[in-house]
Amino acid sequence: MTSLATSGSATAAEAAAAEDHGGHADLRLFGLATFLVADGMTFAGFFAAYLTFRAVNPLPAGSTYELELLLPSINTMLLLVSSYTFHRSGRNLLLGRMGPCRNWLLLTAGLGAAFLTGQMVEYFTLPFGLTDNLFASTFYALTGFHGLHVTLGVICILLVWVQTRNGGRVTSADPFGLEAAELYWHFVDGIWVVLYGILYLL
Amino acid sequence: MTVASPNDFQESLQPQGWLRYFSFSLDHKVIGLQYLVTGFLFYFIGGALAGVIRAELTSPISDFVSRETYNEVLTLHGTVMIFLWIVPVVNGAFGNYLIPFYVGARDMAFPRLNAVAFWMIPPAGILLIGSYFITGAAQSGWTAYPPLSITTPALGQVVWIVSVLLLGGSSIFGGINFIATVLKLRRPGLKLMQLPMYCWAMLGTSILVVLSTPVLAGTLLLLSFDIVAHTGFFNPALGGNVVVYQHLFWFYSHPAVYIMVLPAFGLVSEILPIHARKPLFGYTTMVYSILAIVVLGLVVWAHHMFTSGTPPWMRLFFTIATSFIAVPTGIKFFNWLATLWGGKLALNSAMLFSCAFIVNFVFGGITGVALAQVPFDIHVHDTYFVVGHFHYIVYGGTVFVIFASVYHWYPKFTGRMLNEDLGRLHFLLTFIGFNLCFAPQHWLGLNGMPRRVAEYDPSFTTLNQISSVGALLMAVSSLPFLYNVIVSAFRGQVAGDNPWNALTPEWLTSSPPPVENWIGEAPLVQHPYGYGVDEDTLSVQAATGRDLWSGAGRR
Repeated sequence: MTSLATSGSATAAEAAAAEDHGGHADLRLFGLATFLVADGMTFAGFFAAYLTFRAVNPLPAGSTYELELLLPSINTMLLLVSSYTFHRSGRNLLLGRMGPCRNWLLLTAGLGAAFLTGQMVEYFTLPFGLTDNLFASTFYALTGFHGLHVTLGVICILLVWVQTRNGGRVTSADPFGLEAAELYWHFVDGIWVVLYGILYLL
Repeated sequence: MTVASPNDFQESLQPQGWLRYFSFSLDHKVIGLQYLVTGFLFYFIGGALAGVIRAELTSPISDFVSRETYNEVLTLHGTVMIFLWIVPVVNGAFGNYLIPFYVGARDMAFPRLNAVAFWMIPPAGILLIGSYFITGAAQSGWTAYPPLSITTPALGQVVWIVSVLLLGGSSIFGGINFIATVLKLRRPGLKLMQLPMYCWAMLGTSILVVLSTPVLAGTLLLLSFDIVAHTGFFNPALGGNVVVYQHLFWFYSHPAVYIMVLPAFGLVSEILPIHARKPLFGYTTMVYSILAIVVLGLVVWAHHMFTSGTPPWMRLFFTIATSFIAVPTGIKFFNWLATLWGGKLALNSAMLFSCAFIVNFVFGGITGVALAQVPFDIHVHDTYFVVGHFHYIVYGGTVFVIFASVYHWYPKFTGRMLNEDLGRLHFLLTFIGFNLCFAPQHWLGLNGMPRRVAEYDPSFTTLNQISSVGALLMAVSSLPFLYNVIVSAFRGQVAGDNPWNALTPEWLTSSPPPVENWIGEAPLVQHPYGYGVDEDTLSVQAATGRDLWSGAGRR
């Protein structure tokens, strides 16, 4: 994203770039990044609440913070790999290789869906329900809110996949749709790493 | 692929004339006025609710309305005034109208997001007000503290949460837009330290909005789980923790005070230099004061919780941090005084309201520093002292500035002047009514009258009645104002482009301005406060340079 706003003198190239974006530099990724800061603060509030609960509110007798580690660890790997596959897709788009770009996209969506399936399996095998105790409620609220983000991400990836078809609006010349989805996906992955750390490992 | 510009729509779907104000317009000026008029509608609703509260409090027993109705009314009053009046008006209305002018742009960075943000407000307002008539409104105050909010009727509380979530979302979208516009959409050649002060105020405010509002949203989601799904996050009976709610709530709601008052600081910094014909004193210190308030404002929230079992170290930290806020605020206060000092003051309505703001705000600020001290706070916590303090900041501070701004920018909005005599009458009634209403509340609080209760000890009757007379005066004061803004729109004296001989860019175009703000190139204003300076040091209309759009050949 070129910053026309701070440049003092005009060049023909800058003027042309300005025209491409209907008058001014394309600020959509900047706006999305600002929104993700806000979204991250929502998670930060949840994390702070969870850590405080854990520090000061003892659980009733018989309940425990222990969770099965295998499935969520596999899920963590799935998300980390999906960040890589999305990155590969973006690289291919910029190089104009639409075929590999779309395949990597589909793989990313598949990894996201696999994560959600794993999450579902975990939900159905857990020994506690939403209202059993404070930890149970917080667990479902945190993972559920994150799962909602992953679901939205998968939908976005599939939309971008449709838009990268021949004649679609996402091209190597205008990669915004894919770049936005990618930024969002990395954000959701990053949140999961923190969530995994404090919810499962701590 | 193009970013939306108002032009695309203007030529096709957009209605013209007055119908624009009822449309999904992308023009920042239309959106600004949509915010302003909607905000004023809710101000009068919130004012009527305040009238019910003050009518009830003229006698010590609950006779005018039932206790439940009183609780509903005070909850609606707080919520409407904060989320539907002050926040949308000082941020949305003046921000959207003025910021593109000040940065030399033709619109906000994201015009469509801007319209979405505005159109989230009417549904939220209708939900909130409608809940009173259909399901019964929330009864737990604008703070919605659990366990009160969990035990009062659930339906009204849930509607309240949905409404506040919508308004919070609107506020966040607005904040994103302001940050992008101020940082990224400045006209080439215009440096950050040359921006009018209101841009800095809106940048600081928007940073607070983006960082703190989402925390409130998350908290209210958890609260709604407690109400709807019977989880126990904030329910001690189920092992939950009410103090966590308070921490999360005030992590938003203390910065919310700055979200309400920082833009007012900015607006008053625009008004004073123009009518005092002097440069704004201490521009650089003003900028750093705003940034300091933003940083400090995020780490003082627990001073609302000194009686919530907060440990001593936390009390100490938050007392010190809160007291520190008085430093940047004091710098701004003295800068305004120094701006006025020796100026050629035009004491018109805009200036009267601005000067009264300085007086009211320093009084509210002093009681604020007093409230930051733990021993004093514990004594007056949850009494009318806090109500008095808060209204001196938010009414005496922000609402006075909103009125000053309406008098100041009305000629730009409509092309016509407001009547000065009616304006002065409005000011006089408001200033007397306001002080009569809220000053006695400090005495009431110091003597132990609790807030948010429909009944009180009979010994407090006289002061409460004085306070209610003040409220009545404030209600009466809105009559000349309403008459003035409505009649002047048609019959007011024609204002001309620049009736105040101002140097800021919104005055360097016609009144009201054309769709893309200027015919031709945007002016490069590098000395927005260059009053009383040699003519040749001013570069109001740059001979060279270009704005962001001139390359696109849209002149």
